Amino acid sequence: MASYKMWNAEEAAQIIAEYSHLDGALLPMLHALQETFGFLPEAVTPMIGEALNQTRAEIHGVISFYSDFRREPPTKHNLKLCRAEACQAAGGDALAAQAESRLGIAMGEETADRLVALEPVYCLGLCACAPSAMIDGRVVGRLDTDTMDSLLAEAQE
Amino acid sequence: MSIKIFIPGDAGAVAVGADTVASAIAAATSASGLAVEIIRTGSRGLYWLEPMIEVATPAGRIAYGPVTAAEVDGLVSSGLLNGGAHPLRLGDPDEIPWLRRQTRLTFARCGVIDPRSIHDYRQHGGTAGLTRALSLGSKKIIEEVIESGLRGRGGAGFPTGIKLRGAAEAEASQKYIVCNADEGDSGTFADRMIMEGDPFLVIEGMAIAGIAAGATKGYLYIRSEYPHAIAMMDEALASARRDGLLGAKIAGSAHDFDIEIRVGAGAYVCGEETSLLESIEGKRGLVRAKPPLPVHEGLFGQPTVINNVLSLAALPFILAEGAKAYAGIGMGRSRGTMPIQLAGNVKYGGLFETGFGLSLGELVDDIGGGTASERPVRAVQVGGPLGAYFPPSLFDTLFDYEAFAARDGLIGHGGVVVFDDTVNMARQARFAMEFCAIESCGKCTPCRIGSTRGVELVDRIINGEEHEANRVVLEDLCNTMKFGSLCALGGFTPYPVMSALNHFPEDFGAAPRADTKG
Repeated sequence: MASYKMWNAEEAAQIIAEYSHLDGALLPMLHALQETFGFLPEAVTPMIGEALNQTRAEIHGVISFYSDFRREPPTKHNLKLCRAEACQAAGGDALAAQAESRLGIAMGEETADRLVALEPVYCLGLCACAPSAMIDGRVVGRLDTDTMDSLLAEAQE
Repeated sequence: MSIKIFIPGDAGAVAVGADTVASAIAAATSASGLAVEIIRTGSRGLYWLEPMIEVATPAGRIAYGPVTAAEVDGLVSSGLLNGGAHPLRLGDPDEIPWLRRQTRLTFARCGVIDPRSIHDYRQHGGTAGLTRALSLGSKKIIEEVIESGLRGRGGAGFPTGIKLRGAAEAEASQKYIVCNADEGDSGTFADRMIMEGDPFLVIEGMAIAGIAAGATKGYLYIRSEYPHAIAMMDEALASARRDGLLGAKIAGSAHDFDIEIRVGAGAYVCGEETSLLESIEGKRGLVRAKPPLPVHEGLFGQPTVINNVLSLAALPFILAEGAKAYAGIGMGRSRGTMPIQLAGNVKYGGLFETGFGLSLGELVDDIGGGTASERPVRAVQVGGPLGAYFPPSLFDTLFDYEAFAARDGLIGHGGVVVFDDTVNMARQARFAMEFCAIESCGKCTPCRIGSTRGVELVDRIINGEEHEANRVVLEDLCNTMKFGSLCALGGFTPYPVMSALNHFPEDFGAAPRADTKG
């Protein structure tokens, strides 16, 4: 799992200033902010808007368009399971059901204790080692019931 | 002198344990006091053999695979460092039939060289294309690319040389080269592999395009799902700048060219070229209406050449070896090679670069070895989530842009996903619509609303509600999406849906069609 800094406006302002000069600065700026704080709190929207001379609605529109950007702090663990065709062909549906049942949540949800988020991902590019997943940024391929079980155990630590 | 051991650092190999194998080898050899140098390469693309490691011996490289960390001690004690005998020994990797049958032009160095070493890149023929391009100049580079017959490898198949000419002829103070590495199609991983295994090739290809089009700035847009590729390209860009391959007056010429990486944020639609341009500009990835074409009015309103990684990565070979060497391979209007990716439920999955013209059956049954589950192949989806499903009765279709189009399919980015006979094709049709609904940018109605209506219709058909009537509506909806959508997301989603419906009607509760049995 990644470790993030507590949100603070001063550091956010520094990051925003660091990226403002780029042409089309918004995505790199959002990535940098999220990598630092783990998420993009509401407070950051007007700060970016001011720096880029855009409205809050425009900034919010971009943040909400891309599935990578989070408005809430991340869960302790993040398990992305590939749900695209190549992994479906190799038994991905059963693994998704296994994960949902053991964690007691549906794909796209997080556990109530905010320990783990189970996210569908549409292709990790590991299609010749399907089914595949990514746990806290680490890639895992050729999943079967047993390796899925150990991934789930890791996610519940 | 230390012995060189090559272990892939490719994400696909890492996903099946290459990092733990590398640590185990480092530990086992240092415990025995053996001097080894571990080089993390790209993957050769024989994924069922990954992690596949190679050791440099006086008689050449010897491969072993698939290696697990638990087997490392045994391997080392059986003389791994001298290429000794072991059940996992594969011999000379270049002589493995699966690799020997290929025509590797773009992937010639992938899995062979140290991707972090620009010196290694040069030793293996790298930068020869750029050197020749600099001596030819814009006009002649473009002629060469047109003559090579290279077409866009992202899926659209537009002639790359014509695109370069369009941008070269446009008048502007700033032009751009954009490399589309938003490889979101399921079943495809060639862009990822080449970025991780031969990153300087991508840089060289973009630089050649820059000289041809008169562009001084390039953007490389990589999807966020590819952290290994992003890290490798980042490192390669820094080395290329230090080396003078990028920056002011590249390779001692009069041309300036530099590249900036932009990372996507989880939107499949950003693989569509105009959506990608919007994303680089810092906007929602909404598709633009065309015209104007990007070559006239692209990134930040300036003339822009936007091409897939594989199209740009083909340029160094074409420039180094000449258009004829490339055009001499292939069939019909599909010239050169295509890095085909075999994936899903397939026995021998991986990257197979070959000239156009192999039949789908050869690819799936012969090269792919059929399914990994050892059950019969029932369907093969070619060209990603927007590609058609083919039954074995159409396995005589030749891998070629036009041949696939003639059978209501597309080759797309070259992904081939194999399914066995446990697949339910109505579920796959439903998924195609569902995926389109999830990923639609929302700009045009046929895609935004049609996809959701499509999911509902397939559900009704699966549930047996007014089967015939709903089938007619679904076909009608597919036509609306196909002809009324702004881009390929809504426009091509009907391919998997209609092919599933036409070739596998029995899964939709109808009587099987005589010609698609077996």
